[in-house]
Amino acid sequence: MQTIVHSILHIGFWLLVPPLLPGVINKVKAWVAGRRGPPLFLLYYDLARLLRKHVVMSETASPGFILAPVIGWTALGLATAFIPFGSAGALICFKGDFILFIYLLALSRFCTVWAAMETGSAFEGMGSAREVGFAVLAEAALITALLSLCVQSGSLSMEAILSPSAGTGTLLLAAGLFTILLSENCRVPFDDPNTHLELTMIHEVMVLDHSGPPLAIILHGASVKLMLFSVLLVQAVLPVGTQSPAVSTSLLLGGTAVVTLAIGITESLMARFAFNRVPLLLTTAFLLCLFALLAAWRGGVA
Amino acid sequence: MNSMLNNLIALAIGLNLIALGTSRIPSLIRAMSVQGVILGIMPVIMDHHLDWRVIAIAIATVGVKGVAIPHMLNRAMRSANIDRDMEPLIGYVPSLLLGAAGTIAVMVLSRYLPLLPHHSGSLLVPGALASVLTGFILLIGRTKAISQVCGYLILENGIYLFGLLLLESTPLMVEAGILLDLTVAVFVIGIIVDRIQREFDSLDTRKLTALRE
Repeated sequence: MQTIVHSILHIGFWLLVPPLLPGVINKVKAWVAGRRGPPLFLLYYDLARLLRKHVVMSETASPGFILAPVIGWTALGLATAFIPFGSAGALICFKGDFILFIYLLALSRFCTVWAAMETGSAFEGMGSAREVGFAVLAEAALITALLSLCVQSGSLSMEAILSPSAGTGTLLLAAGLFTILLSENCRVPFDDPNTHLELTMIHEVMVLDHSGPPLAIILHGASVKLMLFSVLLVQAVLPVGTQSPAVSTSLLLGGTAVVTLAIGITESLMARFAFNRVPLLLTTAFLLCLFALLAAWRGGVA
Repeated sequence: MNSMLNNLIALAIGLNLIALGTSRIPSLIRAMSVQGVILGIMPVIMDHHLDWRVIAIAIATVGVKGVAIPHMLNRAMRSANIDRDMEPLIGYVPSLLLGAAGTIAVMVLSRYLPLLPHHSGSLLVPGALASVLTGFILLIGRTKAISQVCGYLILENGIYLFGLLLLESTPLMVEAGILLDLTVAVFVIGIIVDRIQREFDSLDTRKLTALRE
């Protein structure tokens, strides 16, 4: 009985809450710029509108054009099952599941790229190339970050490695994971989610030709991914899992709100980087995570 | 206590990376000064019996490294009107990787050093050596005088970290003396930077190799 309630709560949370995050980020950006900004629940309205629409398909596209977003969204949904929610623990938990977590994220990326390539547009091919190119470095950084958590906690499942704090390398890990979050979700120093200027887009260009329900689940998937990385960052840095249920839930939600605010403020204060500087930043993020790993390895002795 | 200290040292190592990877002199100066401030507050955390002299040294270090030196460097940078983007001899990604490789090597090496038992779990020695290496890379790989000064200051930060190992046995007078020397050195370098700028219309130290009567 308890597992059923837990599952329903988990699925409900990950279905309903994530679209709030982009709204909060946009509100923060508008607030910093002194504007009123779009409504907080804009993405919910958008999703409801898109779900009622028809799909327009290119003549060159195969059914994979519809199938890929569905698989990608399911993979992301499955990945959330490994993320513990405070002290409540994860839905699925076994030894070594963090490797599956990384692969599920990679699968969802592959599906986005696949759907983009289906359209046969050179333009979307360009966006896909950028996405995959940046992912090479970002994924290495994410794997290193999770490894450092494994070394620090001495266990191999997501639930166990996320519940204590990250110990010695906490500050390095926080900086590294935040940079990965910005890169993976195509936020400002890497990509500008607002522009539709062809030379600068990464994620936006890949979804240009999608419409109707597939676009809705792509947008929802993107917000789930944003939520996933924020929750991952908060749980990696704070000892959320070791607190009492009430404290851990409020820590988790508060931490996620702080991360969201930080994203909004970063976006307001920074300009997008030139493409040739992005690998440098991602290498820095990777090395920060690597140093967190070293610190966990060396400092953990004491 | 020890984990807090290790956290701060890890942060200082992270700042080394940022100093190596940045292409703008203002952010290099900022990374260097934040590192100085972090090192400045370390003695307060480390020392078990808080002495007024320890606190005085901490305040002086934070003041000199966090405020005075960056201010002087920023002023020298503005008055020399230099190009903010540096033209390094060793590129940013290579120097970043070089610094990272050095840090990893130092971490491994420090396992085999004959340290005192209560220092063995601490990151002090690897952190100190990593900062010294970073300082060297900046000194060798950069061409603008101001970024070389920043390299020199990061090198000094490394030496200061090493000195923290001997906090109990060195008189704090030594620390105060080092701090004073450092301030004077940066002050003098600020003047020299100005002279180089007037004489050569650039801060590129490569031009100094062709001095003639």
